[in-house]
Amino acid sequence: MNYHSPASFAEASRIAADASGITRFLAGGTDVLVQLRADIVTPDTLIDIKKIPGTGAITRNADGSWTLGVAVPGAELGEHAGLVADWPGVVEAMNLVGSTQVQGRATLTGNLCNGSPAADSVPAMVAASMTATVTGPNGDRTVAVRDIPTGPGKTSLAKGELVSALHIPPRGENAGDAYLRFIPRSEMDIAVVGCAVNLRLDGDTVVEARVSLGAVAPTVLLVEDAAAAIIGSTLDDAALDRLAAAASAACKPINDKRGTIEFRTEVAGVLAKRVARIAYARAKGEIIKGHHG
Amino acid sequence: MSKIHVSTTVNGDAVEYLCDPRETLLDCLRDKLSLTGAKEGCGTGDCGACSVTLDGRLVCSCLVLGVEAEGKEIGTVEGIAEGDVLHPLQQKFIDYAALQCGICTPGILVAAKALLEQNPDPTEEEVRFWLAGNLCRCTGYDKIIRAVMDTAKDMREAV
Repeated sequence: MNYHSPASFAEASRIAADASGITRFLAGGTDVLVQLRADIVTPDTLIDIKKIPGTGAITRNADGSWTLGVAVPGAELGEHAGLVADWPGVVEAMNLVGSTQVQGRATLTGNLCNGSPAADSVPAMVAASMTATVTGPNGDRTVAVRDIPTGPGKTSLAKGELVSALHIPPRGENAGDAYLRFIPRSEMDIAVVGCAVNLRLDGDTVVEARVSLGAVAPTVLLVEDAAAAIIGSTLDDAALDRLAAAASAACKPINDKRGTIEFRTEVAGVLAKRVARIAYARAKGEIIKGHHG
Repeated sequence: MSKIHVSTTVNGDAVEYLCDPRETLLDCLRDKLSLTGAKEGCGTGDCGACSVTLDGRLVCSCLVLGVEAEGKEIGTVEGIAEGDVLHPLQQKFIDYAALQCGICTPGILVAAKALLEQNPDPTEEEVRFWLAGNLCRCTGYDKIIRAVMDTAKDMREAV
């Protein structure tokens, strides 16, 4: 295994483009090292991106948008009061991944590029309309986070391409987001279903919404019918029932030891209601702490 | 593949080692620096027996490569006591018999110390969530949690 620690994303891209065999990028390493240890993936080329300037930075831009370095660990997101105030759903989703120790290393970008359909942070990033800068042999392009995972363990990134930054849009007024997952225990588990909601209000009425589901399909889902079910409503019981029905209808889960198709489909609707209520309350200015808050 | 030279700091001491890029920080601490306090339990970041701090941040040393320690500050259980004087957490774990076989204990001490530095007055729930990544298979968790809570109280009163 050849280990590289380049000083720029262009150099990282060039190393990856020129490499033969299996290449992995190393940020927090909480998936890469586990796969290495278990002989699931033994890279020929390992490219550590943490020496690249800016990879550890959380930046609030002048327009209120955020730029997140690709090596920022979950713990630092959770300690950033400004980011938590703007995007509590994105932060609480990432903070559900693994233990305190894992939070010291694991990153949003790694959670995304690992390609797990059950990745906790990905529905929250999709609901938040987050984008990624992807650096490749032909320069940079901007890609919606939603378009990066293409199936279990697979991404749309081509050879020589890597995520070089993540972007969250400006939060704006009267808006909130939230994420919940179902697991059969209280901590240290993988989502059986995950759901994120990001919405904006005008008075008491929902005027914008994005609803995203994880662990119920080969990739994260953006459920437009579920968003449509609550847009124009005050999140009354009838709207919540329509939301739950639309969320359940979008599910295409597998049966496995963690949950049956029937169970996951039902729980997706239940979670969608609960998450929408939290996002709505946050949009109203209430402080609702996450699971680890 | 030739070995890579790494210069790092462990418990305040400058150290150097040569490692294969596949070797973990845990391997390097134990096999090259003879710091065997950090234990290998699972090797996959689930059990916390290999907990150390990396630039002050609690991590599993099995999920860090030895080469990644270059220029960093590592803290292990060997650095917790001050000479012959045990850290209050270490003394309290003895007082409470909050250990049996002892394999998980170094990791729990490192993790609990990191918690109390960040939050001197944690609730029981906060202690339990913080230590959720440190598995103990013999004594059970109750004495461990009580030892951490009581240490926190003593340390607050000592200030």
